[in-house]
Amino acid sequence: MSKEFSTFKKVIRLPHKYGAGPTFTRFYEGLKQGKIYGTKCPECGDVLVPSRSMCPKCHVNLSEWVEVSQEGVIVSWAQTDKDFFGKPGQGTYTVALIRLDATGCDFLHLLGGNLSKVKTGSRVKAVWNEEKKGHMLDIKYFEPK
Amino acid sequence: MGKKVAIVGSGQTMHGRRFDLAYPELVNEAIESCLINTGVDAKDLDGVVFGTMPSMMEGVALTHFYFADVLRAKGKPILKTETCGSTGVSLAITAYYWIASGMADLLMVVGSEKMNEGDAQATMTTILEPFYQMYFIAGAPGVFSMQSQEWSVRFGIPEEKVRDAATRLSIDHHNDAFGNPYAHIKQRLTPEQVNTARIITYPVRLWDVCPTSDGACAMIFASEKMAKKLGKKAAWVKGVGYSGEEYWFGDSDKVMWQSAIQAAKQAYDMAGIKNPRKELDVAEVYNPFTFQELLYYECFGFCDFGQACDLTLKGMFSKDGELPCDPSGGTLCTNPIGATGLIRVAEAAMQVTGQAGDHQIPGAKQALAHAMGGVDQYNGVMILGAK
Ligand SMILES: [Zn+2]
Repeated sequence: MSKEFSTFKKVIRLPHKYGAGPTFTRFYEGLKQGKIYGTKCPECGDVLVPSRSMCPKCHVNLSEWVEVSQEGVIVSWAQTDKDFFGKPGQGTYTVALIRLDATGCDFLHLLGGNLSKVKTGSRVKAVWNEEKKGHMLDIKYFEPK
Repeated sequence: MGKKVAIVGSGQTMHGRRFDLAYPELVNEAIESCLINTGVDAKDLDGVVFGTMPSMMEGVALTHFYFADVLRAKGKPILKTETCGSTGVSLAITAYYWIASGMADLLMVVGSEKMNEGDAQATMTTILEPFYQMYFIAGAPGVFSMQSQEWSVRFGIPEEKVRDAATRLSIDHHNDAFGNPYAHIKQRLTPEQVNTARIITYPVRLWDVCPTSDGACAMIFASEKMAKKLGKKAAWVKGVGYSGEEYWFGDSDKVMWQSAIQAAKQAYDMAGIKNPRKELDVAEVYNPFTFQELLYYECFGFCDFGQACDLTLKGMFSKDGELPCDPSGGTLCTNPIGATGLIRVAEAAMQVTGQAGDHQIPGAKQALAHAMGGVDQYNGVMILGAK
């Protein structure tokens, strides 16, 4: 038998107020109205979603706002039944990279609805919560079309 | 080009669940072993390089202050480098730069993690901002599952073949770990056990995933002059590469994975390597997930894109294959994250100096060490040679 050594349990809990800044604030305001906004880069022409204040490829500030499509195709997905810290909601969790139509990057969000036939390349569309709080999870999930 | 940089030797803890020691004592276990193995007197060190995962995983912020005593750092500079999973390779690159610049002759480099003390998955969520990504990539396996599925679909590799190749890697590495005295998980597995193990995140199953480990690794880096003075058989840094991409996960292509491709290319160019499969004798590829290891073989030019599964199933990358990968069992069997990348470098150094014991690849002269950091955002590669 090896000796049991003491352990010391502590919970670290710190309040923190994260500043969303003007770009995310405007994006969230869009979500409140059931709209998804991106910003368009004048150099490469990509519409980036969620909206950014800067194009990570061209390093230019972005000021052209574009309402983007609420439909797109699944680029990849992953599914787990496990619970984990920070998981939004209960039960099966299916996360996906979704290329919304006419945008220049993949949008991360959840998949829901009937997923029995869903696969990479399937078309999906946004499903919204009744109550919108100006939050990323105002979009409930994307469901197959 | 900087001055030549030698790796004199290393020390590792017995990796596993280590509640028998407090965290600084665990770090000290690796350091004592390193100092004994190398014959270095800590008084002669010009400085210390140290790193771990972010403070949230340590339970104490800025642990290099807390560990200063065991790091023998009184009166010396400490550089801390943190890049998440690639911390260990970043530590080695930091030490390389420091000595190559001519500003130091003898350094100790230490990486550590005591993952069983906290909630590793929960603390990993603190790497993500709360505005967008935190809700969607909080569980690390989800990220790797998405990446591997995108890869297999892109190249039209049948799901069963990917599963078979991942199973082969899992069986080989868990078996190889028996030859590594420091490895955490050692297990004889059958294909059935691997293929029917519980799903973590589809298609990733239990034996496709690394464990939660406590452990540390310490290494001595030296200038050519100091290495000669110490008189030990040294490994030499032949090439380094480190590359990153955009923060948002959906902004970059994780299949034709620029950071992995570029990090390897930088290191190969510096080392003069044209055909890595022929010119490397062994590789310690960062493999927290079997599926990701397959993708790395392709990004590192060990084979063409879409070919890794076929070649893995032919035994190309197993211990007796043309290019043995992770003969130590790799990250898949041992993952004290802040130490993991440095363990890859230490293992590569042991291989090219003929000191890898039961998992030695006979006659190894040139080796690759690699680690990945951020949320699939950064890759670091180091090439070591016997001369
Ligand atoms: Zn642009």
